[in-house]
Amino acid sequence: MSVKKFVVGCFDDEAVLFPAVKKVRKAGYKLHDIYTPFPMHGLDHAMGLRDTSLHTAGFIYAITGTTTALGGISWVFTKDWPLNIGGKPHFALPAWIPITFELTVLFSAVGMVLTFCYLCQLAPFLKKHHFHPRATDDQFVMVIECTEKTNEDEVKSFLAQAGAKEINVQNAETGWWLGRYDKDTMPFQVRKEKTAFE
Amino acid sequence: MSSFKEQFEIPGRFRNISLALMAVGIVSVIVGFFMYGSHEPARFWATMLHNSVFFLLIVNASMFFICATTLAMGSWQLAFRRVPEAISKAVIPLGVIALIVLLCIVMTDQHHIYHWLDKEHVQHDAILKGKSGFLNPTFFIVWTILSIGLWVVLGHKMRQLSRFLDENPLASVEEGRKYIFKNTVWAALFIVWFGLTVASVTPWLWLMSIDAHWYSTMYSWYTFASSFVSGMSLIALFVIFLKNRGYLEVVNEEHLHDLGKFMFAFSIFWTYLWFSQYMLIWYANIPEETIYFKPRVQGVYKGIFFLNLIVNFLVPLLLLMRRSAKRNYTSVAILAVLIIFGHWVDFYQMVFVGPFKEHVDLNLFDFGVAAGFVGLIMFSTGRALAQAPLVPKNHPFFKESVIHHT
Repeated sequence: MSVKKFVVGCFDDEAVLFPAVKKVRKAGYKLHDIYTPFPMHGLDHAMGLRDTSLHTAGFIYAITGTTTALGGISWVFTKDWPLNIGGKPHFALPAWIPITFELTVLFSAVGMVLTFCYLCQLAPFLKKHHFHPRATDDQFVMVIECTEKTNEDEVKSFLAQAGAKEINVQNAETGWWLGRYDKDTMPFQVRKEKTAFE
Repeated sequence: MSSFKEQFEIPGRFRNISLALMAVGIVSVIVGFFMYGSHEPARFWATMLHNSVFFLLIVNASMFFICATTLAMGSWQLAFRRVPEAISKAVIPLGVIALIVLLCIVMTDQHHIYHWLDKEHVQHDAILKGKSGFLNPTFFIVWTILSIGLWVVLGHKMRQLSRFLDENPLASVEEGRKYIFKNTVWAALFIVWFGLTVASVTPWLWLMSIDAHWYSTMYSWYTFASSFVSGMSLIALFVIFLKNRGYLEVVNEEHLHDLGKFMFAFSIFWTYLWFSQYMLIWYANIPEETIYFKPRVQGVYKGIFFLNLIVNFLVPLLLLMRRSAKRNYTSVAILAVLIIFGHWVDFYQMVFVGPFKEHVDLNLFDFGVAAGFVGLIMFSTGRALAQAPLVPKNHPFFKESVIHHT
């Protein structure tokens, strides 16, 4: 776990935030994250984040559920404990479809919730640093990570120019994740993509 | 706004193809009539019934789509609203054809198709006798005329309301509210009538009464799901066609994505109804009910029955699941064609198994008649598209549709 230095700028207008994101990316600052009170269409695209792979994970959980259900029921009813139920064949596929469906949904739902929490670094009893309390109220909070090359005064004046209302510098934990976060590269640093505004 | 390519001109090739397909259809009907008309009239009328009802229901689904989105205050469809409007105009020619076909079947006593028409037989058949208050020629004819007539009239009113704004832009917010309210009232009337026809009584009369002894409470919903998913595919096809020709500038992959979602979701909805109907009958295993599935699952229609399930469920499920597939013009177009074909086959097994339990005789006659109807839909829709501007730009919700984002 590492404590890092961040420059935090608060915006109160979407129309200012989006051009500011573009300017920050163009200037080459390391955008840590943007905290908004509500989901904003197109912000992920503007930040240059790649598409989430949550739905791929969901698909894998779902087919795991399907095979678990079909495998489990067919083993029980044909091999382990075959019962004669209303004269139906032991391998009574139509009767199993509802259960298979339920297990498919259950696996994918629970799996995706857990994966989502993992990706967002959320778990019970853990503390996470809040950059600004009003990020859950009415402010869009842009957080820029300082590297050893960053001149924080320059970043501050840059954010002020871009339209941030309140700017401060904070030292904070990057998160609770115990992996190799430091050595990971964020996708937006590596990939140069067109933003919506270019 | 003047830079928009607003006016659709029917391309020569499009017109030629539609005319050629219609010619194929007419030739097929004539040839079919001479081949089957005298010694096996049921074969001829079953094909006509299958095709006219299927294509009528899928073009009518366009008007349902317009009215449902109007009632839901949906704005995203306005960018391509004129497309379902134009498709729904084909309800007029197709409705007339279906009406003629259905009336001919009933008037000429084609009791191989609807055996409740055989009066002597009904007298000795307790079940059909019990149903004769509903299954009789008078009720059939009145209800059929009412169904098709009101679809045409209410659909015409909805199109008129939409066209009205082209020449008379709204002056104030107040006027806009009134306009939306008026739209809501007419859309609601259409939906109510649609619920009484397509979602309940009409499929019972036109299709379910082929197996007159049997009944299923799922049947009308099943028919509706089938026609609606093909109707959405048809809309998607025309949108992609216009987009390819350089029209509909404001339509982008966001709108296509939503159309793709409809195709995906309603394919699954169709499967849900299909399965609910099948499983309950399979589980209860009562002879009166299983008689419907006996020739379909275990008889000669086995291949068509399972093909139906693969094309209409597995293929859309697996191929349309990805977000990128729903945003890709090529994949949506291919799947739209496949879904329409799949549901055409679905209607085939709904109609043909009743009169022809022993053998499957799907031949060029059926495909020829289907081609004729496809040509007619192309022709009618093309003409309707050319009559009005392609963009309803005076609609109060239009801007919302332009900036639509999924």
